[in-house]
Amino acid sequence: MLDRDAQILLDTKSAARASIASDPMAVREGLRQLFDTLLLRSIPEDGRGTAQIVLAEALNNIVEHAYARHQGEIEITLNLKPTELHCKIIDSGLPMPGEVLPEGKLAPLDELGELPEGGFGWHLIRTLSHDLSYSRIGGKNHLSFRLET
Amino acid sequence: MQLMAEDKGEFLLVSALGDRIDAAGAIQFKDQMRDLTQNQKGRVLLDMSQVSFLDSSGLGAVVAVLKAMGPDRKLELACLTATVQKVFRLTRMDTVFTIHAEVPGGLRHAG
Repeated sequence: MLDRDAQILLDTKSAARASIASDPMAVREGLRQLFDTLLLRSIPEDGRGTAQIVLAEALNNIVEHAYARHQGEIEITLNLKPTELHCKIIDSGLPMPGEVLPEGKLAPLDELGELPEGGFGWHLIRTLSHDLSYSRIGGKNHLSFRLET
Repeated sequence: MQLMAEDKGEFLLVSALGDRIDAAGAIQFKDQMRDLTQNQKGRVLLDMSQVSFLDSSGLGAVVAVLKAMGPDRKLELACLTATVQKVFRLTRMDTVFTIHAEVPGGLRHAG
C-alpha cells in the first residue's frame, strides 16, 4: 500500500476531503483515514456506522463498475451540517448505464440455493441516504447525498 | 482477515479475528471459511464480535458460505456489532440466518 493510494486533502471540524485510488485495498485504507478525520470522529457512533456503509458501497461501485478495475482516482468531499453530513463523490470512470442510478431492489430470499450474493449495495445506499443525486458532468460522475448524523 | 476454528462438540466455532469483511477481503474470507468447514458435518457458528464493519461484498461472501454448506449443514452467526447488524437488517438477511446475541453456552473464551 503506497501512501498516495489514499490521501486526506482537507481535515477540519466541518469539512473533509480525500482522494482515493480506484482499488479495493485503497478504498479500505481511504475509509480508515476518513473515519479518523476530525469531522467523522465528531459524529455519533450510529451516524458513523451509516456513513461507513454508504460511503463504502458508493466507493466499491466506482471501483467495480465505473473504473471497472482500471486505474483512476476518486474524490470525496464531506461537509458537516448541524444534524447531517453532505457527501459528494466524483470519479472519471464510465457513466452509469443510461446515466441513471440503479434501482437497488432486493432479490427474493425464499430459496436457500437461490439466495443473492450481491446487488445489496444500491439498496443500502438508497435506504440510508437522502436527496441521492447523480449527474454526468464533463466526463465525470458526480454522486451526492445527505446522511443523518 | 484471520479465522480461528475450535471444535465445541455440538458445533464448530469459527472466530473472525479481523475487524472488516469488505470488498478487499471477501474472497479470502470465503476461501478460508470453505477450507475450515469442509469436513464439518453439523453446525458452524461464526463469532463476529470483532468485526466492526461488513460491506455488501462481505455480506455476499457470508451468504456464499451459507449456500456452499448446502441443506444438511448449517451456518449460524453470533455477536454482530451494531453496523454489521444494520447491514443484515436492511438487506433482510437477518431473516435468513440464525443470529445469536452470544456464543451459545458462553464457551467463547474457554478452553
